[in-house]
Amino acid sequence: MKHLKPTRFVALAAITVIAVVVAVVTGSATAKTSGTTLTISNWDAYTPKDLIPKFEKATGIKVKLAKHTTNEDIMGKLEAQNGGGYDIVFVSGPFAESLKKRGWAAKLDPKQIPNRKNLYPAASRLAYDLGNKYSMPYTWGTTGLCWRSDLTKTPTSWNDLLKPSADLKGKTTMLATDRWLMLPALKVLGYSINTVNPAQLQKAAALLKETKKTLLAYDDTTFYSKLVSGEARLVEAWDGWCNYGIGENPKIKFKIPKEGSDVFVDTMVVLEKSKNKEAAHKFLDWVLRADSGKAVTELVLYKTPNAVAMARVRKSLGKQYPNLLIPPKLLLTFETERDLGKAQPLWSRTVSGIVG
Amino acid sequence: MRRGRLRSTALVSPALLWWAGLLVLPVGLVLAYSFFQRGTYGGVVYDWTFDNYRRAFDSLYLSVLWFSLRVAVEATVISLLIGYPVALFVATRPARWRTVLLVLIILPFWTSLLIRTYAWVVLLNDQGLINRVLRGSGLVDEPVRLLYNEFAIVIGMVSTYLPLMVLPIYAALERLGPELAEASADLGANAWKRLWTVMVPLTLPGIAAGCIFVFVPTLGNFLIPDLLGGGRRQMVGNLIQGQFLKARDWPFGATLAVSLIAMLLVLVLVQSWLARRGVDGEAASRAV
Repeated sequence: MKHLKPTRFVALAAITVIAVVVAVVTGSATAKTSGTTLTISNWDAYTPKDLIPKFEKATGIKVKLAKHTTNEDIMGKLEAQNGGGYDIVFVSGPFAESLKKRGWAAKLDPKQIPNRKNLYPAASRLAYDLGNKYSMPYTWGTTGLCWRSDLTKTPTSWNDLLKPSADLKGKTTMLATDRWLMLPALKVLGYSINTVNPAQLQKAAALLKETKKTLLAYDDTTFYSKLVSGEARLVEAWDGWCNYGIGENPKIKFKIPKEGSDVFVDTMVVLEKSKNKEAAHKFLDWVLRADSGKAVTELVLYKTPNAVAMARVRKSLGKQYPNLLIPPKLLLTFETERDLGKAQPLWSRTVSGIVG
Repeated sequence: MRRGRLRSTALVSPALLWWAGLLVLPVGLVLAYSFFQRGTYGGVVYDWTFDNYRRAFDSLYLSVLWFSLRVAVEATVISLLIGYPVALFVATRPARWRTVLLVLIILPFWTSLLIRTYAWVVLLNDQGLINRVLRGSGLVDEPVRLLYNEFAIVIGMVSTYLPLMVLPIYAALERLGPELAEASADLGANAWKRLWTVMVPLTLPGIAAGCIFVFVPTLGNFLIPDLLGGGRRQMVGNLIQGQFLKARDWPFGATLAVSLIAMLLVLVLVQSWLARRGVDGEAASRAV
């Protein structure tokens, strides 16, 4: 530098400045989010292994993945942090609705999520969030009966679970979470799964109290291993979780009872308090890519509302896990869970009255 | 005098801060929450109300409380019946053995409660070890239902909290020493009489402390009824947990928690009265 002539110095400086400006202008699109860190909470074992590394590599955004066990778990954590602490949370439909109504969910900018075009059109007509204004669907599925075809006959109705035949007494389980604990009785009685009518809830509770005497347990997390071990022969199950049993024993089958069921949707919600909304939108868009959705279905064994992804899923997988082939058309004839609002205390008292 | 007081204040201040920050403040918050209301979508609305307490006196919640008390009493009585002989056995061993035995009693605490509880699921289920042995030996044809009932809950509680019964009784027995038992033997009291008229009355404070140590955590436990009760029976701990997590009804959860704390407070008062009586009794016997 010492020997540099002043004119050459100016020229060099000018070139440097121009180079920096060009780099900043062209790079700004990725540079703005690159290097930021997103904190995301999803259910344990619900994210395909390579989804996040691929996203980090492509965008330069870092992801800190936290895990929750249930909707209630993550809602409790959000409650304790007054709706903060995360950029994106994975929750089921009614909880996304609750986040929206509390003002904790950020309104999504559809322009930043071009891959939403991959979704089935029906996936934006779900009652908890019409038009996907505050949430993007991640997976969806239904609740039905999961059973050991070598140990009991094929069930057809929710009544096969609610009023089990003598050989099934003490060999059935039901889901423990309020909404799904009530669902079989509400469907048998022909009521809405979102009913807040006290008389209807009472009638369902009376039926379920009788059923409790015949149950092995209420179980949300290990029902499929009870089927595998033979402790249970017929259980109420989410279709994706029944697959974990089928994976271990192909004699395990899944069926939607004739009275119908629900369509539950697990969604991604960006929190209003997030300081990295642009990066968060990028993550949502990444998950809605066709190959991301394919990975979700192939590794987590849940259906995704992503039409392009579902079309690419290995065909042999559908043979092994037939519930992956349940058509969206059938799924959408069912009701989806809504937030219960003011009726939540009534519901929780009703369920306490059954299990208490 | 004044300087002495200043110094003693300085010395107790860490303890006072601990007590204020980790006991008074949280319990105060819980108490305050119990007078507020749940928002429509969860959260807390800061309007005063007594409605939560009216709701808590529902016969449904009282029956849950009754079941919890029953389980806690059963677990405490069984722990006492097992714990007293164990403590007596340890206290009468030579000194070098006592340490080993005490470590063995505390050893289970080195494993997580979740794992210890889940181990019972593995042992007790229909296809589990115990049932396989029973069937293999031809004692039964059909598996015996050992899991997902009150029996399993009580077993889980006893196995978890037994050390908390043994330790205070052991401490009381050790302080008592062998002399009084030997003296009563010299005066012709048989083993049973020695136990019943000398040892038990003089270790009553230890027994009361052990009972409290088992009873209190049993009453509030929610993990064991969930895993070993199969969710088919709720205890008051499950009820409180459910209000905070599932129903997102913090005010009502707080109300149930306050009610539980109030009940336990009465119990601790009884225990401290027993303990004081024990100390007075000791002083009286020494005076004689």
